Amino acid sequence: MSQEIEVQYKEILEEYTKKQTEQNLYVGQNFSRQLILENIAPEEVISMHKAAIQELHGELPDVVWHSFDFLIEMMINYGLALQERQSLLKQQEELKVEMDLAANVQETLLKTKLPVLEGLDIGLLSIPARKMNGDYIYFVSDHDGYAGVAVADVIGKGLPAALCMSMIKFGMDSLNSSHALPKDVLGVINRIVEKSVDDSMFVSMFYSNYDAKQARLTYGSAGHEPAILYRARDKEFSELFAKGLLLGVSPAAVYEEHTVDLEKGDLVIMMTDGVTEGRNDDGFIEREVIYELIERKKKEPAQTIVQYVYDELERMQSAQFQDDFTLVIYKKV
Amino acid sequence: MNIQVDLTESNNVLEGFIRGEIDAHTAPVLREKLETYQSHQGLKAELDLSDVNYMDSTGLGVFVAFYKSVNANGGHVKLKGLSARLKRLFDITGLGDIMDIESAGKGGN
Repeated sequence: MSQEIEVQYKEILEEYTKKQTEQNLYVGQNFSRQLILENIAPEEVISMHKAAIQELHGELPDVVWHSFDFLIEMMINYGLALQERQSLLKQQEELKVEMDLAANVQETLLKTKLPVLEGLDIGLLSIPARKMNGDYIYFVSDHDGYAGVAVADVIGKGLPAALCMSMIKFGMDSLNSSHALPKDVLGVINRIVEKSVDDSMFVSMFYSNYDAKQARLTYGSAGHEPAILYRARDKEFSELFAKGLLLGVSPAAVYEEHTVDLEKGDLVIMMTDGVTEGRNDDGFIEREVIYELIERKKKEPAQTIVQYVYDELERMQSAQFQDDFTLVIYKKV
Repeated sequence: MNIQVDLTESNNVLEGFIRGEIDAHTAPVLREKLETYQSHQGLKAELDLSDVNYMDSTGLGVFVAFYKSVNANGGHVKLKGLSARLKRLFDITGLGDIMDIESAGKGGN
């Protein structure tokens, strides 16, 4: 500890013992902040105090000096706790840097290219609620008039979820075909996930394959929120339900698949539960609200509809999404 | 946001009442309490969810982990008193087909 600090402390203490004003105390408070900044341990402060008292009032009963020595002993563990706190703060800072790096890696990993398909307009928005996204969206396209899309939600958040996504990505890459059928894709990824993740982590996934020539969508679901079909001719919404267990629960799971032929103006809305499980002060935001939002903008390009739904839901929830938000809209044009 | 979990076990029969919301904040509480029992051999667990007014996918994960563990040890898990919203969650995820669940006010699934 520098001599300068000891001198300053002695002056402040002397002022206080003479006058005992609020102003003196205030000076002392500010000085203690400076001591903390300079990493001075509590026991050192008491040693300094003892030395200052000795200089200022040399003649005091021995019991006072002994009591200071005892107090110094008492403070040593407080000093250690303070050191620990500082090292934790440093570690936390390091972790934050690592999380930022991981989020960057995830962003690179999650990069997916919107396919270009004759007669299909695609809109996409995926926004994480926290730093790491628990939602995953991936397009498989071979520029041959077919495209696959996976919309997945990893149950379990943060870093483990991000690692789990890399498995999904590699599972999809290993199939390497935009023609792959939903039941096969889901079956393969189910086995990968089942083998590799712990018991409380699961993935829900909607997989669909679009054949541009026939405007035919083949879809399957592994425990995922059903996609929604809007029929322009009937002006009606319906759910594209397909039976199938969450990925990673049972190796024996089998997946259904169904097909639907799209006509001009039809919409297929694929999403995660961050879209449908929104809540505001009055309770849940019902699916009908989402239908209504989409209905209002159905004439617009798919990206405009997606952005509008996000903006409106964000407004309804006072800009507080609790969950990751992923919405994809296919519009037959 | 809170949760109340009351579990009582006797003769390897576990009775549970869960109240409140099961989400990312409260799920760890539920997980920790259930983990105490999940490795008992041949456990018969019956959990009443009639007072659960909200559950998200994190909550679902807790029940699936519990179900898998109890099943692996030769036991059985039954969930009862599910609201329509909860029932839908179990149906969509396909868990309704493999787990023993019972809706509120109904005799069976």
